[in-house]
Amino acid sequence: MSMSLPDSPFKTHGGVNVPHRKNTAKVESAVLPPPDTVILPMQQHVGAPCVPCVKAGDHVLVGQKIADSTAFVSAPIHASVSGKVVAIQKIMLGGGQLVDGVKIQSDGKMEVSPDVKPPKIGSLDEFLKAVHESGLVGLGGAGFPTHVKLNVPKGKHVDTLIINTAECEPYITSDNRCAIEETDNIVNGLEAVKKWLGIHRVIVAVEGNKPDVIEKMTKAVANDSEVKVLTLRARYPQGAEKVLIQSCTDRRVPMGGLPADVGCIVMNITSTAFLGNYLATGMPLVKKRVTVDGSAIKDPKNVITPIGTSIRALADFCGGYKEKPKKILIGGPMMGVSVFNDEIPIVKQNNGILFFDEKEAHKMEPTTCIRCGRCVNVCPMHLMPTLLEKYATAKRVDDLVKLDVMDCMECGCCAYSCPAGRPLVQSIRFGKALVKARGKK
Amino acid sequence: MEEKLVVSSSPHVHCAATTRKIMLDVIIALVPALVASIIIFGPRALMIVAVTVLSCVVSEYICRKVMKRDNTIGDLSAVVTGILLAFNLPVGINPMMAVFGGVVAIVVVKQMFGGIGQNFVNPALTARIIIMNSFPAAMTTWAKPYYYLHSTDAMTAATPLALIKQHASPDQLPSLLQMFLGNRGGCLGETCTLALILGGIYLIIRRVISPIIPLCYIGTAALLSLCMGRNVPMDLLSGGLMLGAIFMATDYTTSPLTKKGQVIYAVGCGVITMLIRNFANLPEGVSYSIVLMNILVPLIDSGTRTKAFGKEPVKQ
Repeated sequence: MSMSLPDSPFKTHGGVNVPHRKNTAKVESAVLPPPDTVILPMQQHVGAPCVPCVKAGDHVLVGQKIADSTAFVSAPIHASVSGKVVAIQKIMLGGGQLVDGVKIQSDGKMEVSPDVKPPKIGSLDEFLKAVHESGLVGLGGAGFPTHVKLNVPKGKHVDTLIINTAECEPYITSDNRCAIEETDNIVNGLEAVKKWLGIHRVIVAVEGNKPDVIEKMTKAVANDSEVKVLTLRARYPQGAEKVLIQSCTDRRVPMGGLPADVGCIVMNITSTAFLGNYLATGMPLVKKRVTVDGSAIKDPKNVITPIGTSIRALADFCGGYKEKPKKILIGGPMMGVSVFNDEIPIVKQNNGILFFDEKEAHKMEPTTCIRCGRCVNVCPMHLMPTLLEKYATAKRVDDLVKLDVMDCMECGCCAYSCPAGRPLVQSIRFGKALVKARGKK
Repeated sequence: MEEKLVVSSSPHVHCAATTRKIMLDVIIALVPALVASIIIFGPRALMIVAVTVLSCVVSEYICRKVMKRDNTIGDLSAVVTGILLAFNLPVGINPMMAVFGGVVAIVVVKQMFGGIGQNFVNPALTARIIIMNSFPAAMTTWAKPYYYLHSTDAMTAATPLALIKQHASPDQLPSLLQMFLGNRGGCLGETCTLALILGGIYLIIRRVISPIIPLCYIGTAALLSLCMGRNVPMDLLSGGLMLGAIFMATDYTTSPLTKKGQVIYAVGCGVITMLIRNFANLPEGVSYSIVLMNILVPLIDSGTRTKAFGKEPVKQ
């Protein structure tokens, strides 16, 4: 079955022009020397947490599985350095969740486990099993286990694979650098997904502010007529799954539905590159390319770091702090999580750490809503943030449900553009929690 | 780390727009019309504007103090209300009446309902209507353009709309070019269409307003004027239509949130304006039409809510 590949993106609603601040886009990624210790949290993905299969005192090697779960929606965790397990302790993640973490003291040798060898794949089942074993989760930030995503439910037909290279968050350039530095891995990864899932249309979707990526990827996929690099408008939140699918295919994922409902699978480009490398080498997900930037950091760049390294070690590697950071973000400024200290470890789906100085961390005092309607105009989900905020604050759960509060993807366009500085998406998050809490009663 | 970090919910960046900057843009957009009014009606026009602005700002300040609320004069919305109110008054008005208008606009219409963003009708227009009903004679005595340059005292003129209402012959009306430049009787800020359009273009370029409301309002008025067999260009250039469509009907607080709602609202403004002009005793209907449609905004809003993404059937 042949399908047409779009020449230009389709129209989408809303969004905002955010400052790009892609300061690190042209800087080659640096490899972090093995840190003294890493802490590997048992929850680095959406789904069931893992249970450690090592204990304090064990010697582990790079790529050795140290934790797994029997649940389908989960992903195993592998040692990112070689050395000794010193403790299994509770640690708090950026979002405030308290989880078990395996602390490994590095011996500095980065000795690779003998288990690490290319997987043998002869069928779709074996392919999915290998993806599961790799520990891969959505590396764009969502952290959804990839083997679950690639396991298309019966009765659904997927005809399009979209490789998400939008990277619409300000500052973050890890996908950009990945596309430049790991082009071959990306091609191998997408060809494997194409082959095993029987997909004949692949769209590599890149925002127009990355001409070097567009050029390099276009050359790399020139041999395959079923793969196309599509230039998207550089407008936040272009990389949000539902927006991206509409831009690439003019299809709309139904409310509460999944991309597979409209025949699409969306994979982040870094996930695709990892997959390509994993199929060739068998090295599971133990390292990550992370953008380190922000007004408080001396020497911003992308750092390839073992998973479990502390934020602090990354900051030190990038020349340390220019001045005391007032705010530290995991992720971009639009959707990232602000954390309470710099001891938190890097997890699989992290793609950026930003250090904001006092000025950049400054928050606007909210004033009264003037009903300008900007939030309504910019909402990619066609919601009415100003009303949702009012209903959430008044705890009017029925009205929240009526206005489809759960359809909000928390992109933050509303709060970004509000001239009164209203905490719109923040209140909507609270509103969503109210709806969820009522559902549980 | 000894010093605590700021922890907050995303987003962690904000665009440059603030309420104050928006109001400042509106003030800038009103400058051409202000300059035109001073040229046409003399320095007294500036005095009236100063009086209403002062009255509005002082009222807002005192009101917030008495209500023990944050001081909001810094958002400049009271300044905008003051200028718009002056633009809706004849230049010869007694300054005390102008002061009274400012107090009504800010205290009664705006602050008693909670201040900026909470009023359900346009403060400047409602104040104009109240002054008009309190002092009908003063509000319908129109100075002739450039009266201040002539030594003869108190030259008054009828507005073109009043002339039309009295079935005046066409040669008694000013030419269309004179109308466009504002050389006619009328409220001090409404006469110079050229200046008002310049301000409107500025607001659209700055994305402070969308062209939906002005275009739908003016378009509807033009269409109805045509259907009623009236003089279409004369209708568009006279009265407060341009001022109303560009600056008053587009007030955020008292206009609908969605584009669809704005179309309904603006068409409604156009219809009521032309109904009043054609069938009612009053020569002009812009203030009443906008205020009436302001009252319908909550209803329009609840009927024109957006439809969430993915609610429609799947297209594949």
